Amino acid sequence: MEKFDKLSGIAAPLPLVNIDTDMIIPKQFLKTIKRSGLGVNLFDEMRYDRDGNEMPDFVLNKPAYREAQVLVTGENFGCGSSREHAPWALADFGIKAIISTSFADIFYNNCFKNGILPIVLPQEQVDVLMSDAEKGANARMEIDLEAQTVTTSDGEVFGFEVDPHRKHCLINGLDDIGLTLEKAAAIDSFEARAAAERPWV
Amino acid sequence: MSPKTLYDKIWDAHLAHEAEDGTCLIYIDRHLVHEVTSPQAFEGLRMAGRTVRAPDKTIAVPDHNVPTTEGRENPEAMTEDSRIQVAALDKNARDFGVHYYPVSDVRQGIVHIVGPEQGWTLPGMTVVCGDSHTATHGAFGALAHGIGTSEVEHVLATQTLIQRKGKNMKVEITGKLRPGVTAKDITLSVIGETGTAGGTGYVIEYCGEAIRDLSMEGRMTVCNMAIEGGARAGLIAPDETTFEYIKGRPHTPKAGQWEQAMEWWKTLHSDDDADWDKVVTIRGEDIAPVVTWGTSPEDVLPINESVPAPESFSGGKVEAARRALDYMGLTPGQKLTDIEIDTVFIGSCTNGRIEDLRAAAEMVKGKKIAVKRAMVVPGSGLVRAQAEEEGLADIFKAAGFEWRLAGCSMCLAMNPDQLAPGERCASTSNRNFEGRQGYKGRTHLMSPAMAAAAAVTGHLTDIRDLA
Repeated sequence: MEKFDKLSGIAAPLPLVNIDTDMIIPKQFLKTIKRSGLGVNLFDEMRYDRDGNEMPDFVLNKPAYREAQVLVTGENFGCGSSREHAPWALADFGIKAIISTSFADIFYNNCFKNGILPIVLPQEQVDVLMSDAEKGANARMEIDLEAQTVTTSDGEVFGFEVDPHRKHCLINGLDDIGLTLEKAAAIDSFEARAAAERPWV
Repeated sequence: MSPKTLYDKIWDAHLAHEAEDGTCLIYIDRHLVHEVTSPQAFEGLRMAGRTVRAPDKTIAVPDHNVPTTEGRENPEAMTEDSRIQVAALDKNARDFGVHYYPVSDVRQGIVHIVGPEQGWTLPGMTVVCGDSHTATHGAFGALAHGIGTSEVEHVLATQTLIQRKGKNMKVEITGKLRPGVTAKDITLSVIGETGTAGGTGYVIEYCGEAIRDLSMEGRMTVCNMAIEGGARAGLIAPDETTFEYIKGRPHTPKAGQWEQAMEWWKTLHSDDDADWDKVVTIRGEDIAPVVTWGTSPEDVLPINESVPAPESFSGGKVEAARRALDYMGLTPGQKLTDIEIDTVFIGSCTNGRIEDLRAAAEMVKGKKIAVKRAMVVPGSGLVRAQAEEEGLADIFKAAGFEWRLAGCSMCLAMNPDQLAPGERCASTSNRNFEGRQGYKGRTHLMSPAMAAAAAVTGHLTDIRDLA
């Protein structure tokens, strides 16, 4: 997995609430057996018309935001389906961090498996960051995972919380499966105990 | 010993390891797999030279892509990308030796219908699947939730998940339901009350007399949509209704072990003095038959009300409602029962079980559809066979419904069953998101009886007026 430590990038404002994973990556793109190449279809139905032409009003089609690495969004981002194609598409587009007041659980979890940092902040702070993002390409937002801070283009700093295990894995680009397999002995002994207590499972 | 919730008890019974920072490894008893979210996970195993740790606890079935029309065993019935995805599952199931129900098997169907039907899902288990509607299995008192593909690979390789414990939320539905009110109305009404993010970070336990009175089919409908309220998992404590349902199914414990299992299952309920982080109580008598008007499952109203004005909301919801009404082609103040319907879809992991088909058939018996098209897609081949045996299929066909083969179908429209732009659908599925049932398609969620009523009247209908 790609490491995440510090980022200085353009943030795109996407102030809608309840952006669901069907909006992030519609189902017709879930028929792939690969993880790569989904960035071009990120937000497909908001980004393109039926003939595949870009819709100029959509934020990621605007010249200022085509290279955006951060999204600032409305509450409950990533609700709906568990499809990991959503973070795959975001990562493939180049999004490395998403800021919102809340994320849906499964999506939030999936982000960390793909080198994306989801940041939860209170409404007032998200409002400040949303305004900052609306300034366009000259306003670069800085994110420091080690220090757990977001800094606006004006130098205003907000601290955020993140689970220590997830932070460790993201900073070091660690593979969860490898880490878990180091605990194989614990899984073996649990399995033996459970087989004795609940043999019908 | 401190009092525990049902969630606490199942969690404790599956804790394989706890690190100093509180990160836990939870052992997984059943891993359900379908063709859309698993190919990359199996590929990951191959690349790393890993195997499936517990193939006996892994059950695979293709459901999302499969056509629901006759002759679907012919590969030409699928688009090339769908065919590749289903073929990949065929191969992965064979190569890694997991249980498998291919398209040609009468037991094939939607993974969340097949699991309980075959007795794979049992009380007190941990169940996961790369699908958010895994919450369905919580109806059995199993801790069940959706996971992403990276986690699918993690479970395949280790039979565990890295987790942090969620919070406990109790949703109590007191008293009795009024006539015409179903499990679907309960679960939609709860989301209307709590919002789609109200359950985020929680595991919900549904309880109360109205929940106890539900059949297993109804309980599965309620738990299925826990995720639409933001909760990864919904739970209902097992009772006699549960034990009666699971007894004698192919993979439930047999004589000897059954008694041993029952002894444990009977302890699977929240202690009276357990601590809850959040409690929501709704009177069963206050729940009406409901429909959704917008593009989020929280956009729900009793059928006898009118389309709301965006200004009646606050915060970001004002703009969301405006966008939703524009998308749905609705005007504030319009009566919900005046909304005309083009298409009716009865099926999905929410409402594709035998009881759902019975309720719908009851509404259409002796009548004709008054919509452009209506289809019934049974949740599994076995549900389909039973409905044919009970004469339900004949009722649907005589009324003008298409009688389809089992699959996810128009719930998410990954197969050819899709809405056209602007087409308006009364649907028994679980999501009314933009484009969910087809590009620019318009979805109204409701119970099977309500969808069937809309099919025969041509507009959204209060089933209490038909009685």
